[in-house]
Amino acid sequence: MHTLWFLLLAAVITVYVVLDGFDLGAGALFFLLGRGEEERGRISSAIGPVWDGNETWLVVGGGVLFLSFPRAYAGAFSGLYFGLMIVLWLLIGRGLAIEFRHQIDHPLWHQATDFVFAVASALLAIVLGVALGNVVRGVPIGANGYFHLPLFSILNWYALLVGLLALLVLSAQSASFLAVRAAGTLGERARKLARRLVPAQIIAGAIMVWPTYAVRHHMLTGFGDHPWTIILPAAGAIAILTEIVAQARGRWGRAFVANCAAITALLATAAAGVYPDILPARQGHPFSLTIDNAAAAAHSLDVAIVWFPIGMVLAACYFTYAYRTLFRSPPA
Amino acid sequence: MSSYVLVDRLQFAFTVTFHYMFPILTMGLGLFIAYLKTVSYVGRPHRRWLLRKTDEERDAHESAARFWAKIFAVTFAVGVVTGIPLEFEFGTNWAAFSNYAGGVIGQTLALEGTFSFLLESAFLGVFIYGASRVSPRSHWLSAVAVFIGSWLSGFFIVATDAWMQHPVGYAGTGKSVHLKSFWALMTNPWLIWQYPHNMGGAALTGAFVLAAMGAFYLLLGRHERFARLCVTVGVVGALIFAVLQIFPTGDQSGENVYHDQPATFASMEGVFQTQRGAPLVIIGNPNTQTRQLESVIALPKFLSFLTSHHFTSVVRGLDSFPTSLWPSSVPLVYYSYRIMVGLGTLLALLAVIATYLLWRRKLFRSRTVLWALMIAFPFTYIANIAGWVTAEVGRQPWVVYGLLRTSAAASPAQSVPAGIGIFTLLGFLGLYILIAILYVLLIVRIVARGPEDVPARPRSVPAAVGV
Repeated sequence: MHTLWFLLLAAVITVYVVLDGFDLGAGALFFLLGRGEEERGRISSAIGPVWDGNETWLVVGGGVLFLSFPRAYAGAFSGLYFGLMIVLWLLIGRGLAIEFRHQIDHPLWHQATDFVFAVASALLAIVLGVALGNVVRGVPIGANGYFHLPLFSILNWYALLVGLLALLVLSAQSASFLAVRAAGTLGERARKLARRLVPAQIIAGAIMVWPTYAVRHHMLTGFGDHPWTIILPAAGAIAILTEIVAQARGRWGRAFVANCAAITALLATAAAGVYPDILPARQGHPFSLTIDNAAAAAHSLDVAIVWFPIGMVLAACYFTYAYRTLFRSPPA
Repeated sequence: MSSYVLVDRLQFAFTVTFHYMFPILTMGLGLFIAYLKTVSYVGRPHRRWLLRKTDEERDAHESAARFWAKIFAVTFAVGVVTGIPLEFEFGTNWAAFSNYAGGVIGQTLALEGTFSFLLESAFLGVFIYGASRVSPRSHWLSAVAVFIGSWLSGFFIVATDAWMQHPVGYAGTGKSVHLKSFWALMTNPWLIWQYPHNMGGAALTGAFVLAAMGAFYLLLGRHERFARLCVTVGVVGALIFAVLQIFPTGDQSGENVYHDQPATFASMEGVFQTQRGAPLVIIGNPNTQTRQLESVIALPKFLSFLTSHHFTSVVRGLDSFPTSLWPSSVPLVYYSYRIMVGLGTLLALLAVIATYLLWRRKLFRSRTVLWALMIAFPFTYIANIAGWVTAEVGRQPWVVYGLLRTSAAASPAQSVPAGIGIFTLLGFLGLYILIAILYVLLIVRIVARGPEDVPARPRSVPAAVGV
């Protein structure tokens, strides 16, 4: 049961990264891709109706973590206090910049909101990577299950590298989204960038292998213990290859799906490396919060396993309906 | 209480109060927008009751729904972004509480995300951006879906609070609790009255905001058709919900407090000494030093009557509890409760007068009452917030009543020292002041532009000709 909840949590977080990835990345690439007022307006209106739905998956992820592993939720959130507060401020600024942009139709106002949107999106992509980096690296959990990581220890070298990787991956995600959704020169520019970002991702991914091994041997030795997990990075490699082929053939819809699959495989690889811990301690066991010592009591999980899948099926229906409705129109 | 716990309390109180100003309006407006859209979509000349509408009336409802959707969208955006910190703060500032109670309230919070936020956020995009892209039917359904999502969200949040006020359906040790009965959690006797009371408060705000906007335009002499519709819907809605707030939801919520949190009840009513035939205090200052109520105007024996329907029954005063079990600020509980009740009564009175004039067809010409309607809406916010202050400060010194004290619920001082807490609290203050200014600016622009006429749609043909 604990493993099942670990998988569900990883799934929700993956859905979040895949969906919010393309609008976070769109912010990071905002001034690079959108030349001039008109093109920026088009990027903004491509993500305007959906960013809120995408970001909601972050809130659902927080809820599922709280529900299934309350000790990990309490430990991680209090220990990373300062970092999370910055995440919150960035989320607030970014959300309002998107929503308020079209309220006043004036170039000066648009410049202001666009600046906030772009900076906050890029920083958020990095900070989300930093959070993942800290989980992989492990945090100094004490005997009471709590820890304290000051701001500039949250921003350690390894976590910052993962942050840059995240920025790159989410930029690629958004370039391949805009490659589908944008027409004209904006679409051309997005397609060109999407093509270039694929090899960049491969190189960056390869560079990260050694540092990851250095901070946490288990991330690689885990493949020896459970050889089947090698499927996950292999699936990622296949997804990337599919993407390259699809891009070469001009099948941009398929390339976007392949990029989503690559992100999924990347996160699954990270999750498999961390498992069975949910928040590893830097000094190792017995301080790590594992799926067993951090889990909620059995009855709570039993009850939730009944309603949670119902909610997910309903959510899949709404999101399919909403996205079809909003993306039915031809690219703008 | 240690200083770091106080900082955690201040930050949570500030962020939750600021956040809640926006859901009050979106939950209230959501109801009325769903009503306006429903009339616009299903209303026909041959239907009955509220749905008997001519094409012109349907157009008026549609145009009103679209105007309110603009205000809803801006308000909702602020509500979303200021709501995210709250879900984080349970972990960042209240880690010990999350650890202790996560087995129970993790359920309700995850339920909220899963069943209401996803519904709400998926359809909000369709509702706000889809007016020209989707069929009228889909647009109507998305308005209803957003309304249901926001009211479900309220349900799960109030379910969380009701459990903190009156824990049920749990089992556990001194270290942590976990869920024993999901059914008991969802049918908590507090939830059954607290939820409708809370939502009624939001609906009351929605109704008064509608009426205020209509009254403003009528006094200005602009957008007459729209203004009359808003005043009519707003005033009737205000009457319905003002009455429901007093009875049964307010009355029954008070009864719950009386039975389950006697020290809170004594603070709310300012009863220091246990007494038979306790008076209902209208005016009076509680003095916690002398343990007396000063400068009192009271109705003799009425409090006993209200609580048990007997003039001579005994009401327990604060003297029957050790001070360690008193709410941490008795005067705050006492005054905020009085503000909620007092404003609620005045607003109900205004709703009665306005409805009477509406029925006599004099309301649109009575500038005095229109003025009163125009300036009444901020007081509904104050009443809502005062009610929550009563509930939350009244529950002290407990965060989970009878189980976990607030002083033991915060994140450890080593993780979140008071200094860092003050820094982030100041950060929130600055950011939220900026948001408040932008919000007011954008709303003023929307109000200055006023409603627009809806694009023409196929006329409904009279049945006899159509067949």
